[in-house]
Amino acid sequence: MTKLFMFEKPLGMRDTLPELYQLKRQVKQAISTEVSQWGYEPIETPTLEFYETVGTASAILDQQLFKLLDQQGNTLVLRPDMTAPIARIAASTLNKEDRPLRLTYDAPVFRAQQREGGRPAEFEQVGVELIGDQSNSADAEVISLMMASLERSGVQSYQIAIGHIGFVNALLKEVLGNDARTDHFRRYLYEKNYVGFRKEVEQLPLSSIDKRRLYDLLRLKGGPEVIEKARQLVESKEGQAALDQLEQLISVLDTYELADQMMIDLNLVMHMSYYTGTVFEAYSEGLGYPVGSGGRYDQLLDQFDHHEPATGFGLRLDRLTEAIGKEKDALLKDTCLIFSHDRRKEAMEKAKELRGTGQSVVMQELTGVQNVDAYSAQFQDVIYYVGTNGNGGASQ
Amino acid sequence: MSKDLITVAMPKGRIFEEAVELLKKADYPLPPEFEESRKLIIEVPEAGMRFILAKPMDVPTYVEHGVADVGVAGKDVMIEEKRDIYEVLDLKISACYMAVASLPSYNPKSEVAPKIASKYPNLTSEYFRQQGEQVEIIKLNGSIELAPIIGLADRIVDIVSTGQTLRENGLVELETMMPITSRFIVNPVSYRTKSAQIDDMVDRLAEVIAKGENNQ
Repeated sequence: MTKLFMFEKPLGMRDTLPELYQLKRQVKQAISTEVSQWGYEPIETPTLEFYETVGTASAILDQQLFKLLDQQGNTLVLRPDMTAPIARIAASTLNKEDRPLRLTYDAPVFRAQQREGGRPAEFEQVGVELIGDQSNSADAEVISLMMASLERSGVQSYQIAIGHIGFVNALLKEVLGNDARTDHFRRYLYEKNYVGFRKEVEQLPLSSIDKRRLYDLLRLKGGPEVIEKARQLVESKEGQAALDQLEQLISVLDTYELADQMMIDLNLVMHMSYYTGTVFEAYSEGLGYPVGSGGRYDQLLDQFDHHEPATGFGLRLDRLTEAIGKEKDALLKDTCLIFSHDRRKEAMEKAKELRGTGQSVVMQELTGVQNVDAYSAQFQDVIYYVGTNGNGGASQ
Repeated sequence: MSKDLITVAMPKGRIFEEAVELLKKADYPLPPEFEESRKLIIEVPEAGMRFILAKPMDVPTYVEHGVADVGVAGKDVMIEEKRDIYEVLDLKISACYMAVASLPSYNPKSEVAPKIASKYPNLTSEYFRQQGEQVEIIKLNGSIELAPIIGLADRIVDIVSTGQTLRENGLVELETMMPITSRFIVNPVSYRTKSAQIDDMVDRLAEVIAKGENNQ
C-alpha cells in the first residue's frame, strides 16, 4: 500500500463542515419533532452488532457490510441499517411490552462503497418502526408520517411511489406457476431490467393473453386508476387482497390530504425478499436518488425467533440535506459583536440580551482577528464596541 | 436537472446519429443536422430536450447519478458498468455482438496462463465464470486486436459488428458471447418525478421501433 497522506479518509467517509452541519441539524430536529409528536419513542442501539444476527438479517447486501473480528473471533458488522437492530430488540428485550410498539431512531449507518466516490459509506438515517400492528392503518400511518416529516423538513417538492410486493408475487405466480420462475422474473423488476423481462416473456410457452398480462405489469404506474387496471390482470385471492389493501391505503392517505404527492407504482421491487407487503420510496425533485424508503416486513422478526408483523420507514438525512441545500441560499450567521478590551462588559451585556432572544452571537475581540471586514461579512448583523466613548467602558 | 427540459445523455458518434434519427421518426422536432461542433451540451427547447454528449462508457454513470434523466447506452456498457438504472427499451440500433477471438494458431493446451485482453473486464470475468473457466484478465482501453498479435494475451473479448477488424488483423472468432444493441435507460427518480414526459417518450420510441421491425 502506498503511504497515506495526512488528509486522506477511507472511501466514502465524509466530514460535515459547519454550514452543512447546521442545515442537517435543522432538518434532523424538524423530523424528530414531527415523529415524536406522533407518539414514537426514540431509542439507540450499538454501532457494532454480530454479523450472524443483525448482519444477515439486514436488507443490505453482504458486500456492503463493514466487517471486523472481536477478540473471541466472532465476526462483527458496523450496523448497515437500523431496522434489523430494532427488530432484534423488539423480539428480545421488548418482547413482553404491549403492542403495537412505536419506535424511532436517528443514527449513522455504514455501507461500504467499493466502486468509486459519489456515495457516502456512513450517513445518518431518521426513521420509525411500527411493530405488532398488521392493519392497513399501520401502513397508512407510516407513509403519512414520512410525508409529514418531509413536509416539516422544509423540502420543497417531493413525491412518493407506493407499490405492493404481494400483488407482484401473486400475479407472477398466477401466470408462471411456480416460485422459482416467480423469483426469476421478480429479479428482472428488482434489477429494473424491463428489456430482459420482455425478452424472456416472449420466449415462454404462454398464451398471448398471459403474455399480455406480464407486459401490462410493466405499465402499472400512475394515479389511483392503476389499481383498477391491476384488478383486470390478477384473479387470485392474494392478488385481489393486495389491491384491496392498496386501495384502502390510498383512501386513508386521502383523508390525510396527501394524495397529490403520491403515485402508485406496482413495479417497485426494492429488495428480493425483505419486504412482504406495501413498499414505498420518496423522491425529491432535483436529486437523482431516493431520499427515503420503507415498507412492511412481516418476516424479519422471524429471523430473531419471534413472529410479528412490522412496518416502517427510513429517511436519508444526507440526501435530504443535499436536496434542501440545493433549494436554499447559504445561511448567514446571526450577529457578531466586535469589541475592544475596554468595552468588553458592554459587549457581554449586549450578547446576553441577544442570546436571550434566541439569536446566535459571536463575541470577537478586535485584536484577535486579522481582516475584520472579511470576517464580519459572514454575519447578518455586526455591532462594534470599540474605542473609548466613555459609555461605561471601565478599564480593569 | 432542469424542471422543464429532459436531459438526455448520449454517446458521441454513430449511436448518437442513429438515436437522433429514431427521435425524429418519433416526431420530436430536432434540427436536420446537429452542427459538427465540440459542444458537450446541446439544448433543443422545441423538443423539450437537452442533450449531453459523453463517452459511451460514461452514459450510465450520468443517468445513475441523476444529472441526466434518460440516456442511450449499449448493452455491453450496461453489463460492464452495472448501474442502478431502468433499462426500459431495446432501441435495436447499433446491433453487434460480443465475441471471444484469437489467432488461428491458438491452442489452449500451450497457454502458460489463460490470459484474456479486453476493454470489458467485468463482463469478461462474469462470462468466463459462467462458462466454468477461470481466466486472467488484462484491461486495455482500445486496439484490443493488438494483444494476441504481439503476445500480450492469447484471446481477446471485444465487440464485433462486421468482423472486418478481426479479419484485417488475422484473428478468428472462437465463440459468440451475446448480442448487443443500444438501450433506452432512465434514472429511477426521474422515471417517477418526470413520468409524464418520459412515458410519452418511451411510448413514441416503442412505436417507431415496432414499425421498423415490421418493415424488415
